[in-house]
Amino acid sequence: MLLSYREALNQAMREEMRRDQRIFLIGEEVAYYQGAFKVSKGFVEEFGPQRVIDTPITEAGFTGLAIGAAMAGLHPIVELMTMNFGILALDQIVNNAAKIRYMSGGQLSVPLVIRGPGSAAHQLGAQHSQSLEAWFCHVPGLKVIAPATPHDAKGLLRSAIRDPNPVIFIEAQLLYGTKGEVQEGEYTIPIGVAEVKRVGRDVTIVAYSKMLFLALEAADQLSREGIEAEVIDPRTLKPLDLQTIVLSVKKTGRLVIVEEGWRFCGLGAQIAESVYSAAFDHLDAPIMRVAGEEVPMPYCRPLEDAAIPDLPRVMEAVKSLL
Amino acid sequence: MSQLQVVFIMTGMDRAELLSLYRQMLLIRRFEEKSAEMYALAKIAGFLHLYIGEEAIAVGAMAALRPNDYAISAYRDHGHCLARGADPGKVMAELFGKATGLCKGKGGSMHLVDLAHRFMGGYAIVGGHIPLATGLAFAIKYQALDLVTACFFGEGAVPSGQAHEAFNLAALWKLPVIFVCENNRYGMGTPVERAIALYADVAETARSYGITAERVDGMDVLAVRSSMDKAVKQVRAGRGPWFIEAMTYRYMGHSMSDPAHGHYRTKEEVEEHRKRDPLLLLKESMVNQNLGTEADFKQLERDVGEVVAAAVKFAEDSPFPSPSDLYDDVLQE
Repeated sequence: MLLSYREALNQAMREEMRRDQRIFLIGEEVAYYQGAFKVSKGFVEEFGPQRVIDTPITEAGFTGLAIGAAMAGLHPIVELMTMNFGILALDQIVNNAAKIRYMSGGQLSVPLVIRGPGSAAHQLGAQHSQSLEAWFCHVPGLKVIAPATPHDAKGLLRSAIRDPNPVIFIEAQLLYGTKGEVQEGEYTIPIGVAEVKRVGRDVTIVAYSKMLFLALEAADQLSREGIEAEVIDPRTLKPLDLQTIVLSVKKTGRLVIVEEGWRFCGLGAQIAESVYSAAFDHLDAPIMRVAGEEVPMPYCRPLEDAAIPDLPRVMEAVKSLL
Repeated sequence: MSQLQVVFIMTGMDRAELLSLYRQMLLIRRFEEKSAEMYALAKIAGFLHLYIGEEAIAVGAMAALRPNDYAISAYRDHGHCLARGADPGKVMAELFGKATGLCKGKGGSMHLVDLAHRFMGGYAIVGGHIPLATGLAFAIKYQALDLVTACFFGEGAVPSGQAHEAFNLAALWKLPVIFVCENNRYGMGTPVERAIALYADVAETARSYGITAERVDGMDVLAVRSSMDKAVKQVRAGRGPWFIEAMTYRYMGHSMSDPAHGHYRTKEEVEEHRKRDPLLLLKESMVNQNLGTEADFKQLERDVGEVVAAAVKFAEDSPFPSPSDLYDDVLQE
């Protein structure tokens, strides 16, 4: 069935909430407003305000509350209106959610999903356009997921909700309206498993979230020029499915990593390091990274476009390896 | 008649209950004195924040809870954990960093957790555990359980943003949580007058959110018990959160690296507060009312001494975790 990314998320949460009374959705505007991006459309009508909970604008407070509720056996889904606001809850996420199990010697669990859109949309300015996934990936005790397609979003969100650990689930504002084929019925996609989105032999391109579509567009154009790119979407950023990437690199000998986040200490740096360690002898060229420019996101369109990876930059990176 | 004596009559507690409260305070006192010794011997490392002087709050407050109620505290947490019923041997082993510790040596002094006694942890980012407490209370209400959450923190946490967010949520959603503010007058070395705008009445902060708040003598275990009883009754009845400001004093430095007096407070000030020692106050009142004899208290000293000695021996004799345990419990399978 053809679903939008937004509908896929809505279905995943709805089906899980029907299955398990311990699950509740909490965040700003998730109930009567139906979600800032309408992801929770119809939820308060179906599940009531006890399970679909509007909060004041206090990310640290309600994220901390959700962590406490998870410690007591509930399974909260926290919607952050955008991942940028997660910075306000970072103490709760990093110091509590990620560490409570370890610090307690395994006595406590925090089964929790924190989800919301990351990355830039269009001209939202410096404070609403950030890709912060590397921050979360850095912290032991968290899992981080960033699906690109409606099918992956639904299957992975369901797995995230069922996972006994805190999971950061990063969506994208520009993906909410995109449509794709979604498997019928209740299915899950395992956390930590990448997918080869396009098979190729000449170069491997790793890209996630919105950047996957840029990579696929580049692959189509390259194909017309006789270059066959293999495109891999890790889907889960942590734990990273290195095996799938390495298997591809062993075949192509070349790797380009595309990410929207800032280059320095970005996720691509980690992926590159992992691939160098695991498959150095199979590389025919240095790993190339296409990443966000190291500036606060500018507002005006020409500068915003200049700050985000685009088709020419991906094409150029690929061609520089051949 | 002293306040303590009045409370005796009001609470109608019998001799055994009173001795039990004394014993718990004594256990915390002797346990922590021994911890300080062990720290000096380098058996315990890192941060060690002693609760000595403040025992009446944890003991008085926990006495008002049921076994399934939740308790959660900050980093000065030995007293709360012990008053909740944790095994002193497992607590000492945790301070030693041993595999038999409550948290298998991974938590340490500031992060004690004893799930079996519903002690949900000590947390070391000031103010950061107060939202967690509201979450425990939220879970109680969500599941319509007949429980409450007791959340302990120093007055130093009160001006933090996370405390305010948590107070607002707790009041807004009428969550069953009792905020127990232990006002020991100092956030590390900064006195309350230089840290909190409403320093003369810290409880007023909670009232501004519509939370019922009262101040209690935190050196008087019976006053704390009585205040907590009242709070628990109201909170359990679904009337929303409650805030207790317990006035107390920390005899020791902020942590082991901080002397008891010197730069920020005088020896005289510390001595003055020691005159209203919570153990002394209860003992004197009990003796005066013929509810305890010197022999009773000597016996308690012997009993507690044995418990603490056994705790140290258990910790000493226990193995450290193996390096192969390093990655256990980062994630749940």
